[in-house]
Amino acid sequence: MFGYLIKRLIQMLLVLWVVSVIVFLMMSFTGDPVFMVVPIDATDAEIAQARRLLGLYDSLLVQYWKFITSLVQGDFGRSYVFRQPAMTLILERMPATVEMVLVAMVLAVVVAIPLGVYAGANPNGRLSRIIMSSSLLGISLPGFWVGMVLIYLFAVNWGVFPSSGRGDTAEVFGLRVSLLTWDGWHHIALPAITLSLGTMAILLRMTRAGMMEVSRQDYMKFARAKGATRRDVLYKHGLKNALIPVVTIFGLQLGDLIAFATITETIFSWPGMGKLLIDSIYRADRPVIVVYLMLVALIFVVINFLVDIVYTLIDPRITLK
Amino acid sequence: MKDAATPVLLEVRDLRTYFHTFSGTVRAVNGVSFEIGQGEVMGLVGESGGGKSVVGFSILGLIDSPGRIEGGEILLEGRDLVTAGEDHLRDVRGREISMVFQDPMTSLNPLHTVGRQMDEVLRLHSDLRADTRHRACVEMLESVGISRAAERLKAYPHQFSGGMRQRVVIAIAMLANPKLIIADEPTTALDVTIQSQILKLMRAQIADKGASMILITHDLAVVSEMADHITVLYCGNVVERGRTRDLIENPAHPYTRGLIDSIPDTSERLDRLNQIPGSVPDIRTLPAGCNFRDRCPRAQALCATEEPVLAPQHNGLMAACHFPLQPGERP
Repeated sequence: MFGYLIKRLIQMLLVLWVVSVIVFLMMSFTGDPVFMVVPIDATDAEIAQARRLLGLYDSLLVQYWKFITSLVQGDFGRSYVFRQPAMTLILERMPATVEMVLVAMVLAVVVAIPLGVYAGANPNGRLSRIIMSSSLLGISLPGFWVGMVLIYLFAVNWGVFPSSGRGDTAEVFGLRVSLLTWDGWHHIALPAITLSLGTMAILLRMTRAGMMEVSRQDYMKFARAKGATRRDVLYKHGLKNALIPVVTIFGLQLGDLIAFATITETIFSWPGMGKLLIDSIYRADRPVIVVYLMLVALIFVVINFLVDIVYTLIDPRITLK
Repeated sequence: MKDAATPVLLEVRDLRTYFHTFSGTVRAVNGVSFEIGQGEVMGLVGESGGGKSVVGFSILGLIDSPGRIEGGEILLEGRDLVTAGEDHLRDVRGREISMVFQDPMTSLNPLHTVGRQMDEVLRLHSDLRADTRHRACVEMLESVGISRAAERLKAYPHQFSGGMRQRVVIAIAMLANPKLIIADEPTTALDVTIQSQILKLMRAQIADKGASMILITHDLAVVSEMADHITVLYCGNVVERGRTRDLIENPAHPYTRGLIDSIPDTSERLDRLNQIPGSVPDIRTLPAGCNFRDRCPRAQALCATEEPVLAPQHNGLMAACHFPLQPGERP
């Protein structure tokens, strides 16, 4: 177990290093950030001065060295636009995103698992066909379109949910949380539903495929021969055996939604970090983009690690080595 | 069939289980009748595809779509299981009739401990408290020959060998003191060295509890050691049945004779093993007449037109054959 942790840690550092190189190279080939920091009427001398200050005259290698050394010292650079530490900017907005994503993921799981189990256990039923056709819609309809339709129906037409913003929040340990206020729930509903549909559809299809596979196994029939109820056979014996691929996809989707909820956040003006990313890309705010992508890499590495641990909780035959 | 003195436990009358597939209706069990007395062991014998397992699953009401019991009665102490509801069947499964499957590597849930899988039976079928159930599981596991039972209850199936797993499966099957065990090829997937151990164990367990058993197998050598009576299935029909000794020594049906002759006899040197020519016909398109006639050395014109029915033969045997073998006669 200890050896495994060390191995994972080294792996994680390696991933982060590779990501830093890729991101750094990508950023230095796209756009000239100097025009973001100087006024429109700046003289050539002023521009040159700004370039020197940003260290843009150094060779790429020197620039990267400076970047990576300050990184390991905990200095992630300052936003050109906000003139604040890039990390602070992102961390300020992260709770809003994480909160919305968690609501979306819980919603996706709560709907997808029972429907997936049902569709897997009754593959030829009429209801199963309806479920599977609907899940195709969930996969193929783009989030921005679903978001706009939801806004049109629930905000514009019927006025039951607000169309944008985060609403009232309550503060817990210095974090602003929407889920503790009624108004917050109201505001999070539409964006969370929009965000959950794709994941819901994928998880549903994975669960169904797993259950269909598991249903053919002898131990399912043996459980029934013991006198277990159909429900117990499906959920206690079947579902657990079908869960490994579902957990894998869950982890990937979780990371994906936290990192790239950008579109949904933009449609619903949700003050999360996805919106910060898209704004920073427009403004060529290099330090923010770099830190953002490094953070995303870190989130994925951590989620994958947690997924591996969940594997061992599900299946005793899997050990961490 | 059974001895007049022993009361009947299970009576199957004209059981028909069909599978409605895309390529036609498979009459897997097509009018099977037999009865088992209390404490008796009945061997259900036939080649693969003969419908043996389907009989077992039909008794427990575990036929899945596209399969269906189309007719007949399955009377357990007089109550019909075919018309019984799912709730009643759930009470019967595991408590009154339990089942041992062919492959112990796949019949246990890999993600639950052995203890949990044993305990499930008692939770479903008794009001015992958790500690009493635990004690019962330990005792049961010890009685099927697994040492350090309390410790082993916490282990997962993958930590057991094949033979050990089949012992666990037997322990689960015996746990609620069922009246009938259906053992579907219980030793086929095991090493030869383990097979006789497991058979001895099963015989000891049912003798101890006074339970009856249906032993489903293609292996006549196994049933001849274990069973009081034998029922031979061919293409979903009973072709012969009778007391084990009479049936093995002087079968009336040529198919049974063929099965017996395919058991290699170690006392004489043979260049080739005996076998029944041909193979089981496609039961979706059975022709009129006797299903065995294409493989039968005694077949005549009558066999192609008229289906033989079970009729009394010598030594109290019942056989469905127009030209049955007499004692000592070879086909």
